[in-house]
Amino acid sequence: MSTMGQSTPGPEDNVIVADAPPAPGTHEGIGVLIRKNLFKDVKNSLITIFFGLLLGYAIYKAVGFVFFNQKATPDGGTRNAWVVIRDQLEFYMVGTEFQRTGIGFGRIWAAIYVVAFAMGLAGGKVAGDDSPEMSLKSRAGIVGPPLFGALVLCSMAKTFTPVILTLGIAVPFIVGNRMTRFMSEGMLAKKGQILALLGLLAFLLEAGYSPAGPSEFFGIQGALDNVDSYGGLLLTVNVAFISIILCFPIGVVLALVRRSTFALLRPVSVIYIELIRGVPLITLLFMGEFAIGFFFPPSVSTPPSVIRAIIMFTLFSAAYVAEIVRGGLQSVPPGQTEAGQAVGLQPLTITRRIVLPQALRNSIPALVGQFIALLKDTTLLIIISQFDLLGVSDPILASPEFQNQGYAAEVYAFVAFVFWIICFAMSRASQRLETKLGVGNR
Amino acid sequence: MSTSAPLPEIRSQENPPIYRDIRVVRWVGQGLVLAAVLGFVWYLYGNLITNYEARGLPSGFGFLSGKFGSAIPGIEDSADETVLGAFWLGYQNTVRVILFGIPGCTILGILIGIARLSENAAARTFGTVYVETFRNIPALVWIFIAHFAISLSQLPPITEPGGFGETLILTNRGIGVPWFNPSSNIGLFVGFIGLALVGAVLASAYRGNVNAKTGQPAHGGRYALGAFLLILVVGHFASGGALLLDQPIIDGRQLAEGMTMQIPYASLTLALTLYTASHVAEIVRGAILAIHKGQSEAANAIALSTFQRYRFIILPQAFRIMIPPLANQYLNITKNSSLAVAVSYVEITAIFQRIANNATPAVQGVLILMGLYLTFSLSISLVANTINRRLALETR
Repeated sequence: MSTMGQSTPGPEDNVIVADAPPAPGTHEGIGVLIRKNLFKDVKNSLITIFFGLLLGYAIYKAVGFVFFNQKATPDGGTRNAWVVIRDQLEFYMVGTEFQRTGIGFGRIWAAIYVVAFAMGLAGGKVAGDDSPEMSLKSRAGIVGPPLFGALVLCSMAKTFTPVILTLGIAVPFIVGNRMTRFMSEGMLAKKGQILALLGLLAFLLEAGYSPAGPSEFFGIQGALDNVDSYGGLLLTVNVAFISIILCFPIGVVLALVRRSTFALLRPVSVIYIELIRGVPLITLLFMGEFAIGFFFPPSVSTPPSVIRAIIMFTLFSAAYVAEIVRGGLQSVPPGQTEAGQAVGLQPLTITRRIVLPQALRNSIPALVGQFIALLKDTTLLIIISQFDLLGVSDPILASPEFQNQGYAAEVYAFVAFVFWIICFAMSRASQRLETKLGVGNR
Repeated sequence: MSTSAPLPEIRSQENPPIYRDIRVVRWVGQGLVLAAVLGFVWYLYGNLITNYEARGLPSGFGFLSGKFGSAIPGIEDSADETVLGAFWLGYQNTVRVILFGIPGCTILGILIGIARLSENAAARTFGTVYVETFRNIPALVWIFIAHFAISLSQLPPITEPGGFGETLILTNRGIGVPWFNPSSNIGLFVGFIGLALVGAVLASAYRGNVNAKTGQPAHGGRYALGAFLLILVVGHFASGGALLLDQPIIDGRQLAEGMTMQIPYASLTLALTLYTASHVAEIVRGAILAIHKGQSEAANAIALSTFQRYRFIILPQAFRIMIPPLANQYLNITKNSSLAVAVSYVEITAIFQRIANNATPAVQGVLILMGLYLTFSLSISLVANTINRRLALETR
C-alpha cells in the first residue's frame, strides 16, 4: 500500500475504530432479539400471538398423541395405543408374506449395510480435496432426520438385536466415508462403477436367489417373484428403486429424440411424453392391472401384479425424467456442440462425451425431486390391492386385535412419519448435492 | 500474410456412395426405427384383438350404451344409468373437486408463502413447519388421514350432530351446508352467474377504455363488482328467490335440504387442498424472492403498508413468474383427484374402475379416461397461457 502514496484516500483509510458501535445483531441479548423478531409493534405482537397459539396447540396435541395415548381394549382395560405399531413392526417393514420367500432377515440387514457403505463411499472426501468442511448446521440437517427415524424405530422394537443392528448401520457408513481418502486415482475414477456394483450386490442380497424360488437368469426371475411377495417398506423401496433405475435410460433416450432433428422420430417421443403426462398415474396402474394382459401374446402368461405395476411406474416416470433431462439438455450452451463439431467428433460422441454429462449434472436436483415423487407415488399400490407401506395398514387395521377400535390415526401417523423421514432426508441431501455440484454457478 | 504460399486447392469431391451419404443414412435409419416402433405397436394391437376375441369382448365403443349397474353415492337411480351417463356424472364429480381445490390451494398457498417470508419469527416457523410437513408426506396418506383418522372417527354421529346450529351441520354421515333455494329455478340462476361474470369483465374493459380515452381513474374492480352484484340480484328475482338460502336440517337418520356434502368428498378435497397448498407456497415464495429487493425497499421508502406492498408492488410482479408452475400444480390437483377411488368418491377414475371389474373392455376405458383428463389439462393450459400472454412484459 505504501507505493500508492499518501494523497489518494482509499478503502484502507477506513480503519476500524475500536470504540465504534458493534454491528447490529452481534452483541444484543436474547431479550432484544425476541423483541425485535416477535414483538416489534402491536401488529407484530398480534401475529406472534396468533401463530404462537396455532403452533402451541399443534405441539400440545402432538405431545398428547405421541406420549399419552391410551386406548380402551375390548376386555375393559386400557393399553398404550402405539402397541398397534410395536406388535406389528415386522409387517410394516417387510410385509405379511416375507417368511414365505425363504429370504431371512440376515440378508436384508446385509443389503442395508452394503447400501450404507456405498452411501458413505459416495459422499466421502478425496485426499487433496480442499473444499471447505460442511458447517455443523448442514451436517446436522443431513444426519439428523435419518438418525431421528432410526431412534424412533428402535424405540418401537421389542427385542435387542434390531436395535444393535440399526445403530450399527453407522459403522459401514463411516468406513466407506473414510475409505475414499486412501483410494488410488484409478479406483476413484471407477467410483461410479463400484457404486453400481454395490447397488446390484445389495439388490441381489435382499431379493436375488432364494431357496424357495426358481433360479433362472442368475436368480433375476426369482428376484421378481420375491419382490411380488414382499410388502411394507421393503416393497415400497424395491418398487421405487427398480422403477427409477429402469426408467432412467428410457427417459434419456426420449429426451434426446425429442431434442433431435429426426423429423420422423420426434413426434413419437412427443406423443409418448405428452400422453403419459396427461393422465393420472392411477389410470396407468389400472391399465397395468386390467388391460396390460391383453397386449401379451396368448402363449405368454401375464406377470404378477407387482411386476405389472413396476412396468407402469417405469413407463410413467420415464416421461417425467425425459422432460427433466430435456431441460438439462437445453441448459447446455450450443457452443459446446459446435466446439465438438469443430474438432471433428462424430455426432454420437459429441452427445455422449460432451453434451450428456453436462446436461445430466444440471438435471440431478430435479431428478432427485422426481425420485422423491416416485417414492411418494408408490403409495398408490394400495389402490391395486398391494401391501406396500401404506397398504399393509389394511390387514393390520382389519385384524381381530385392532378391528373397529379407532387405531387408524396411529397407523397412518406412523406411515406418514416414515415417509416424512425418507423424503425430508432426501430433499436435504439433494440440496447439499446442488451446492456441491455448483448447479447454476458455473 | 501476403507472402505466404497460395492456399491448397480444395479437392472437388465426388459424391460419396449412397450407403455413406449422411442424408440418405439419416432418413433410412429413422425410417427403420419408426418401422420397428410401428411394427411393435401393430404386434401389440394384434395381440389385443386376439385376446379380445378369445374372451368375447367388443373391440368398439358400443359398451358405452350398456347399463352401468353400480350405485353412485348421493345420486339417485345411478345404477340405471348407461356407462356413458355414468362417465358424465363422474366428470361432474371431478369438476366439483377442482372447483373447490384450485381456489382453495391458491389462497392458502399464497398466505403460507408470504408467512414463510415474514419478518415475524412465529409466522416464519409456522410456514416452514407447514410446508415441510405437507410436502414430504404422500397425498394419498393425507387422504387416508383426513378420511379414516379425522372424518370418520372424529366427526360426531348423526344422533348428536356438531357444527353451528342450522348453518353448518357436521356429522360422520355427511356435512350439511346452506344452498340455493330449491323451489327457485336454479338452472336459470346459474345462467345468471355466468352472465354476471361476463358483465363484470365487460364493465372492467369499458372502464379501461374510458381511462385510456379521458384519463379518468378506471376503478375497474369496483365497476366489475357492481355489475356482478347487480346482475346477480336481477337473477335472484328472475329465478324466484334463489339467494334465499335453504338451511340444512336433520331428517331422522339423514341430512336433508340445503346441500349435503358427502364425507369422502369433504376428506378428499380437504386433503388435496392442504397438500397442494404446500407446493403452491413454495412456488409463491420462490417467485417473491425472485423479485428484486429494490422493489420492496422502494415500497418501504414511500411508506406503503405491508398489505399495500404485497398488493400493489410484489404480488403483481410475482404472478408473472408464478403462472407456469402454478398451472402445473393445478394440473397435479386435477390428476390427484383420481385418488378419490381410495375413499369411494365416485369420479371418472372410479367409474372406470367399476366397469373394468365387470369384464368390459378395459383398453377403451383407459382411452376414454385419457380423453377426459385431456379436456382438463387443455382447458387449464388454455387459461394459463392466456393469462400468461396478458401479463407478459411488453418488450421491444
